[in-house]
Amino acid sequence: MADDLFHIAGKAFSSRLFLGTAGYPNQQVFLDSLTASGAEVVTVSIRRVDMAGGAEGLLDLLQGRAWLLPNTAGCATVKDAVLTAQLAREALDTSWIKLELIGDRETLYPDVEQLVTAAAQLVDDGFTVLPYCTDDPIVCRRLADVGCAAVMPLGAPIGTGLGILNPYNIETICARSTVPVILDAGIGTASDAALAMELGCDAVLLNTAVSKSTDPVRMAGAMGHAVAGGRLARLAGRIPKRLRAEASSPELGLIGG
Amino acid sequence: MITVNGKARDHADGLDLAALLGEAGVQVGGRGIAVAINGTVVPRARWAERAVADGDAIEIVKVLQGG
Repeated sequence: MADDLFHIAGKAFSSRLFLGTAGYPNQQVFLDSLTASGAEVVTVSIRRVDMAGGAEGLLDLLQGRAWLLPNTAGCATVKDAVLTAQLAREALDTSWIKLELIGDRETLYPDVEQLVTAAAQLVDDGFTVLPYCTDDPIVCRRLADVGCAAVMPLGAPIGTGLGILNPYNIETICARSTVPVILDAGIGTASDAALAMELGCDAVLLNTAVSKSTDPVRMAGAMGHAVAGGRLARLAGRIPKRLRAEASSPELGLIGG
Repeated sequence: MITVNGKARDHADGLDLAALLGEAGVQVGGRGIAVAINGTVVPRARWAERAVADGDAIEIVKVLQGG
């Protein structure tokens, strides 16, 4: 919808789907998935040059087709996350950073204490900070208070595809947040993405659900539709849930009465 | 000795960062590369003038796929 733009730090987007760039079967499938998804923002990582892994030319491949959101994935200390963000700013000439500060390599859960500290430092350093965080309304409020441009609570642990494990928390975060809420991590299929939007999220960030699906291009299209559909449903206002049936057809004029 | 991406190595006297990057096979003109020395980012414009000093810990990074 052209009249339903989504803003972060003054930049407007018409798609509310952010797409990760990792794990696709090949580069063409990634490019086709990006097109099919309609996503305007893609995430990238920052790694040592000798940790190549066949990813040469990602920027050439994208050719400016998407707004780049570098991450600090894998960082476990404030120092490493801040330096990674600064390196990303130099490499990509962007002040935007998806701040990830992992507290545990097994669960990949955010270390919220260090996350708030790093977020505050990066905001002071001029960054537009989008922190990946737990689905905790208080943590989200702290992050907004230190100046983050959005908050990105997890639906479920990274890569699990378990969907939104605590819809009540996500709905509460959305109802109370003073900054945009982007559901990040845990999406498994299209209905999860639609639910995130129905709960009030401003956008959804996902990667594995598309890249590791059987047909990534088709799933990317499904995610684009799901996010748009969920957004429309949110704006339209769903009916309240009832415990008893209520006929939708007229109850008068039945034959045989 | 200097450390480049966690690995210790020797360096020639007067070696500058641009030359070091060249040795590492990095396309100096390309986008998507960044360098830090001892925890501080060295802007691209200063690569040619920043000489490498004994004990420097250098990080050379690039943009890769990510989620």
